[in-house]
Amino acid sequence: MKLASRLRGTTAAAGAALLAGACDLRHAAVLDPKGPIALAERNLLLDAFYVMMVVIVPIIVLTIWFAWKYRASNTDAEYAPTWSNSVKIDAFVWLVPTVIVIAVALLLWRDTHRLDPYRPIESKEPTTEVQVVAQDWKWLFIYPEQGIAVVNQLVFPAGRPVSLRITSDTVMNSFYVPQLAGQIYAMAGMQTRLQMLADQPGKFVGRNSQYSGGGYSQQHFEVVAMTPADFDAWVARAKAGGNRLDAQTYPALAAKSRANPITYYSAVEPRLFDTIIDKYRHGDHAGHAPARRQ
Amino acid sequence: MSAAHMSAHEREEAETHEQRALGFWLYLMGDAVIFALLFATYAIMIPGTAGGPGGKQLFDLNNAALETVLLLVSSTTFGIASLQVKAGNRGAVMGWLGVTFLLGAGFVFLEIREFVGLIAQGAGPDRSGFLSAFFTLVGTHGVHVSMGLLWILILSAQVMTKGLTLPVASRLYRLGLFWHFLDIAWVGIFSIVYLPGLL
Amino acid sequence: MFGRLTIEALPLYSAIAAGGAAVTVGGALLVAIVLTWLKAWKYLWTDWLTSTDHKRIGIMYIVLALIMLLRGFVDAIMMRAQQAMALNAGGYLPPEHFDQIFSSHGTIMIFFMAMPFMTGLINVIVPLQIGTRDVAFPWLNAVSLWLSAAGAGLVMVSLVIGKFSTAGWTGYPPYSGIEYNPGVGVDYWIWAILISGVGSTMSGINFIVTILKRRAPGMTLMRMTPFVWTALCASVLMAFAFPAITVACGLLALDRLAGMHFFTNAHGGNMMNYANLFWIWGHPEVYILILPAFGIFSEVVATFSRKRLFGYESLVYATAAIAILSFTVWLHHFFTMGSSANVNAFFGVTTMIIAVPTGVKVFNWLLTMYRGRIDFHPSMMWSIGFIITFVIGGMTGVLLALPPADFLMHNTTFLVAHFHNMIIPGVLFGYLAGYMYWFPKAFGFAFDRKWGLRSFWCWLIGFYLAFMPLYILGLKGMPRRMETYNDPSWQPYLMVAAFGAFVVMCGIGCMVMQLYVSIRDRKLTVDRTGDPFNGRTLEWSTSSPPPAYNFAVIPTVADREPFLEMKEKGTAYARPAAYEAIRMPSNTPIGVILGAFAFVLGFAIVWHIWWLVIVSALIMFAAVIVRSSDDDSEFTLSAAEVKRIEDERFRLMGTGR
Repeated sequence: MKLASRLRGTTAAAGAALLAGACDLRHAAVLDPKGPIALAERNLLLDAFYVMMVVIVPIIVLTIWFAWKYRASNTDAEYAPTWSNSVKIDAFVWLVPTVIVIAVALLLWRDTHRLDPYRPIESKEPTTEVQVVAQDWKWLFIYPEQGIAVVNQLVFPAGRPVSLRITSDTVMNSFYVPQLAGQIYAMAGMQTRLQMLADQPGKFVGRNSQYSGGGYSQQHFEVVAMTPADFDAWVARAKAGGNRLDAQTYPALAAKSRANPITYYSAVEPRLFDTIIDKYRHGDHAGHAPARRQ
Repeated sequence: MSAAHMSAHEREEAETHEQRALGFWLYLMGDAVIFALLFATYAIMIPGTAGGPGGKQLFDLNNAALETVLLLVSSTTFGIASLQVKAGNRGAVMGWLGVTFLLGAGFVFLEIREFVGLIAQGAGPDRSGFLSAFFTLVGTHGVHVSMGLLWILILSAQVMTKGLTLPVASRLYRLGLFWHFLDIAWVGIFSIVYLPGLL
Repeated sequence: MFGRLTIEALPLYSAIAAGGAAVTVGGALLVAIVLTWLKAWKYLWTDWLTSTDHKRIGIMYIVLALIMLLRGFVDAIMMRAQQAMALNAGGYLPPEHFDQIFSSHGTIMIFFMAMPFMTGLINVIVPLQIGTRDVAFPWLNAVSLWLSAAGAGLVMVSLVIGKFSTAGWTGYPPYSGIEYNPGVGVDYWIWAILISGVGSTMSGINFIVTILKRRAPGMTLMRMTPFVWTALCASVLMAFAFPAITVACGLLALDRLAGMHFFTNAHGGNMMNYANLFWIWGHPEVYILILPAFGIFSEVVATFSRKRLFGYESLVYATAAIAILSFTVWLHHFFTMGSSANVNAFFGVTTMIIAVPTGVKVFNWLLTMYRGRIDFHPSMMWSIGFIITFVIGGMTGVLLALPPADFLMHNTTFLVAHFHNMIIPGVLFGYLAGYMYWFPKAFGFAFDRKWGLRSFWCWLIGFYLAFMPLYILGLKGMPRRMETYNDPSWQPYLMVAAFGAFVVMCGIGCMVMQLYVSIRDRKLTVDRTGDPFNGRTLEWSTSSPPPAYNFAVIPTVADREPFLEMKEKGTAYARPAAYEAIRMPSNTPIGVILGAFAFVLGFAIVWHIWWLVIVSALIMFAAVIVRSSDDDSEFTLSAAEVKRIEDERFRLMGTGR
């Protein structure tokens, strides 16, 4: 009795959760992209999902139906204890999954190339270059063209491509902005790339998704897309501060710290990003490229 | 025990040794996977010298060639020992195992001398990723050879005390597989590690 | 003298950690006291710990797996509880404790729950199904068991002395390197895996030789049961994939102990090589675990649908195809590492190709049920629950195999939900189906159905409640392994997931009740026939539990379902005119000694107690040399003794229950 009521309660809870989940899902970050890259990635996800439903749903329905129909107590159902092969059915069960896999594989091949995170977004608008450094446990964004840097806030003009160069000054991290770009690993001594574009001004969440130690859970950052005019004003404000980021001030920033506030640097040593990569590559032969460098 | 039963027992014993041979082959193939991955790791890490010396500066082809000769000859002498097992010639088996042991020990000595020399010039395994990979690949092979030497000693003792019984002969067969396998692994090391450094 | 081991190593830094240590020590003491009270030490030593009987070794493996299942589950429910309350740092665990828990949960569930459970089931059943008296290398089998136990022991002792790794079950460097993790945790993880990994490699070799060389006369490859086929494929993967993790962990150990630079950030290290090495093992490992479960489902669905398995050949080819393909997909675990589009696309496509043979298997089980007479035994329920749930996990797996979609969901709870969706309904349900199916064979009395069914429903419902919310959270962008978070919209889902974990706990409670009730009623439910389910394969032709020698006369096989065929022809239970003497492997303490000193060796390396490392290594060498020089490791069971045992069996069978 107790078990039965528990099961009923469980079922009710599950139903409620499913319903709430379905409503909430429309706004889930991955399913609610705000730029062309994330949109294309999401669309691939949904296309593949729908194609696979063609085989998943029948299997689930048939399993339940067969289990019920051929239960031992139903002696009216046909019983064929030695029926165990059929060339036609064998062909069918190999062909159907094969066809579905071929269909999805074609989508995969096309989109993996189209959405290669190293391929710049084609656009008539100018591209904003940002260099990203993962640190324990925060993110540093360097704007080489503007000569400024920000901790835990990534700001750029909406409607214009953003091209990111990413490295780590600590263990492996993963730079992750689900609504705009997806993710890519940040690794010391190497540089990875990611492209993104926000259709409209807005605020988004970015995180590290690769466990990196005690402060990992608080290692998130704000992503802000602004109108180009607002962006220029933002750059001007950042430049007005008095903080400098150079060889003297950098080590203090790179030291372990948790839940850092957003911090602006009005001036950055020009080759800081390359210095951070090079310090792990001391004396390496040129041309050795563990991760693709561009 | 009846004669019929004994023959059944012997048949069982022969099957047991056949199974052991297959099991040992499988072990060697697993070991080959280890070497393959260490080779791959070495190849990946060749550029990872971190400003330290590379293979061209460090490796002495003469030493490696001498090591190769010792190991290849030791494989031949082990082969002769195996033939003597078939001939049932206990003394000759002991003798050829002894020669094999000396050649193998010479190989290990040369390798240790090379390692000590490298460490003395500041090119130890902690100097760079490249040297870590070199010491680990070559050292893993060296540890295998040393285990083989220990095994030769143990089996020589068994040949001496038990004679060339079926179990002892079957152990010698597996040791032979192991010893020849180490030859093959060394040929890989010689051609991938030592030769390219000088080309 | 004691390396870096000091009194500081005791877990007095937090009440919860100290509590965990107390429970571990208390549990061990309680077992010791009960054994002493029952005066069972001698029995345990002579009949179990030193045994080389594959059935007893198998049962000990499964006992180890069930104990570690409890431990791993405690970790799971602690994580679920933490995340359910962790909005804005509201949890009860500090990050330094939470990360030990997720690391030990994964390590235990894969290496010390799933692996021993699988090895145990193969050990108990495969020799019986192929009609042989033991595995090819009985002593090595015992060594494998005790090395697994030594590894599990290292994980357990890390609760009491020192800390466990915080680097997750995959131990990615450079985080797991000495620079960022100077403590003992990662070392515990490395040595637990290295020691038990040697055992798994040897198990793989042992089963390959057993299956290839020791089948009963007439049992051609295409007459082997699906479970034997899957065990063979899994064993091949074990023998050739485990060396990869030995290399990955071995090189990491060299980085940590000898200051080498395989995976360090600087000095020419290459952390990406670790990811490759780890997953060259890691992906085949998934199939090592799941192929035998597929085999069990195939046996169970046929037996309880009272029908021949549909599409045996297809199933065999699909199994072999999966085993081969499993070596070609490892890169899909790190599409986000910056490989070129061609590389990512290649590995994405190979991954999806595996869905084809897997889909074929699902259809085969479905068509075996079709026009059957289905008995809803708990094992059958696990199988039905598996099919329905597993296809969902397969579908989300294909989604993650699309590199661009993986960029969106890698490292999120969507990924966590996906692999639990493969490993709980796929692997664990399979093992539990096998456990409930073959329990009467191993012990000779019935396994309670009612509690088995209750356990199934709790596990199934609990699974959906615990992991469907994680899929949604992943879509909402929640990374895995978060000890706290600031998004209030996540919390309701995490609360449902925690409730799901609680329901699973009820399922585990039902499993305990099932054991208790079955053992309590064992005299009432004793099975004299050895064949309680109208079985089809050879394991059901001998008594339950089988005699030490399994078969007094090695059966001759003429069909894919040999025992069913014998029953139909009336040749089952036929007795020979005269019995013959049987050679059996003798018991030996050397397996358990090797395991004990492997444990000491691992512990000593973790704590840098070098003299103890040398001493234990020398003892292990000596033990191996002594054993390998032994020419007579068998004893003879006389024909008269065999006849006495068989007479007794048939007398009892005649009296019925």
